[in-house]
Amino acid sequence: MPESSTRLSVRKTYKLYVGGKFPRSESGRTYLVDGDNVSLASRKDARDAVVAARAAQPKWAGATAYNRGQVLYRIAEMAEARRAEFVSLGVAAAEVDAAIDRWVWYAGWSDKIAQVAGGANPVAGPFFNISAPEPTGVVAVVAPASLLGLVSVVAPAVVTGNTVVVVAGNPQVAVTLAEVLATSDVPAGVVNILTGHAAEIAPWLASHDDVNAVDLSGVDDADLATELERAAAGTLKRVLRPTAAPDWTADPGVGPMTALLETKTVWHPKGF
Amino acid sequence: MTATATSRLSGLPDSTSDLRTFLHGLPGVDKVGVEARAAALGTRSVKTTAKAQAIDLAIRMVDLTTLEGADTPGKVRALSAKALRPDPADPTCPRVAAVCVYPAMVPHAAEVLAGSGVHLASVATAFPSGQAPLDVKLADTRDAVAAGADEIDMVISRGAFLAGDYRTVFDEIVAVKEACGPAHLKVILETGELATYDNVRRASWLAMLAGADFIKTSTGKVPVAATLPVTLIMLEAVRDFRERYGRQVGVKPAGGIRTTKDAIKYLVMINETVGDDWLSPDWFRFGASSLLNDLLMQRTKLTTGHYAGPDYFTLD
Repeated sequence: MPESSTRLSVRKTYKLYVGGKFPRSESGRTYLVDGDNVSLASRKDARDAVVAARAAQPKWAGATAYNRGQVLYRIAEMAEARRAEFVSLGVAAAEVDAAIDRWVWYAGWSDKIAQVAGGANPVAGPFFNISAPEPTGVVAVVAPASLLGLVSVVAPAVVTGNTVVVVAGNPQVAVTLAEVLATSDVPAGVVNILTGHAAEIAPWLASHDDVNAVDLSGVDDADLATELERAAAGTLKRVLRPTAAPDWTADPGVGPMTALLETKTVWHPKGF
Repeated sequence: MTATATSRLSGLPDSTSDLRTFLHGLPGVDKVGVEARAAALGTRSVKTTAKAQAIDLAIRMVDLTTLEGADTPGKVRALSAKALRPDPADPTCPRVAAVCVYPAMVPHAAEVLAGSGVHLASVATAFPSGQAPLDVKLADTRDAVAAGADEIDMVISRGAFLAGDYRTVFDEIVAVKEACGPAHLKVILETGELATYDNVRRASWLAMLAGADFIKTSTGKVPVAATLPVTLIMLEAVRDFRERYGRQVGVKPAGGIRTTKDAIKYLVMINETVGDDWLSPDWFRFGASSLLNDLLMQRTKLTTGHYAGPDYFTLD
């Protein structure tokens, strides 16, 4: 080849992550984000993502806590290999490290949260009375733009057996994380990521009868957040709406996990 | 051809070889062509008001079916109640066409459906295999009619059909039709076991010549159930049959139709091949159970403006 020829670079289109695959938007739309071509999700992509999340949920919740913990740890392993890519997207190296560490931190919680959020209850009668936390179901998340913020809302939801539909705050960062998830033994449909405008997609998720909770951590517009809360009320969804801008670097505590758990209490007769 | 065929319609064919000559004289099916045509018709997009009408029509065409060994009187009563009011939250939702059950369950469905206008169909004739002596099949049919079924879904003897013994199949259909009395007769071809499209066309004509009021694709008990190409061949058969003999026969695809999108593909196909005359529950039915919930969810989406979830509809 002549010296003057230069290689044509292979340019990447950032696509959606739905049901373990990377489809383009069914609408065929794309938009430019910092010079990158990104699929622009429509309400029908949101609908498909909910279908994928619902289909994956029982099996993910039925997996052992030990297995879910392993999968989350595997995410951290794979993310570690992609540190440079996250940094090249403009994420500070320290934040990438914190995000990876957060996966490990939540991985450790998978088989411990039940002891914290549940347990044996003392009752005045001949019964064993046991409370156990169970996942809420399908959670729609409007994610913050930062990588650490994204991990800090997705990890606590999925570690307990929920499945999520995420409206990405920063498309390139979220899709790169999706590429990590796709190679980490996370079952298809457990995490689904949509890139596009929250104002366009989120209302369909908030009003969707088959979504059990919405996390509005990444909604900056107070009017939109209020509109989403109102839409979510139609089916009595759990709504997480931070009152102040969250500090993602702080110790999250168990709050983000217990917010997306439902308590099941069993009365079992004894002494017969 | 027309003269002998007309005599066939009025009476029984003269001989086995005569019937065989007729069925094998039907034009062969272009496999690639019919599949391409069915696929092309399946790409049509139906939206907004047209979609709302299509959904309501599809609901009115549903034969709400439960054919399980585990069916109980309670389940059949619940299903029948659902047939009368598919969406309890919306009184404008139309009723389904019929409830389809096993003969033993007919009395339980009849309790709920009596006088409602929703038909009561019963499978009969040793459903789903059809492998029983003729007198057993006829007794099965008479029992179902006596118990209150006004539609009978019979299965043809695929064994006899595939062995080329068309006369036996023909005579059985004639005998069952007679045993039905006033009840409508749907003849299940079980196209998944007929192996070729040519056989589907032959079985369709055979059933219609023998007096079927409806031809139905499948029992739902074999892996391959209703498909668009098979239904297209059957629609063409009923169209050609009416053109030749002036008698209209209905079509019922059954099994494997689970989504609104699937159902609308069938409606588009009727519209494009046989026309408006068949776009009615009197002439076209969907044999289905889970389809109804998907239709109701899509209907709810259109009326409320937000996506519906399966938690809000009954399991059946």
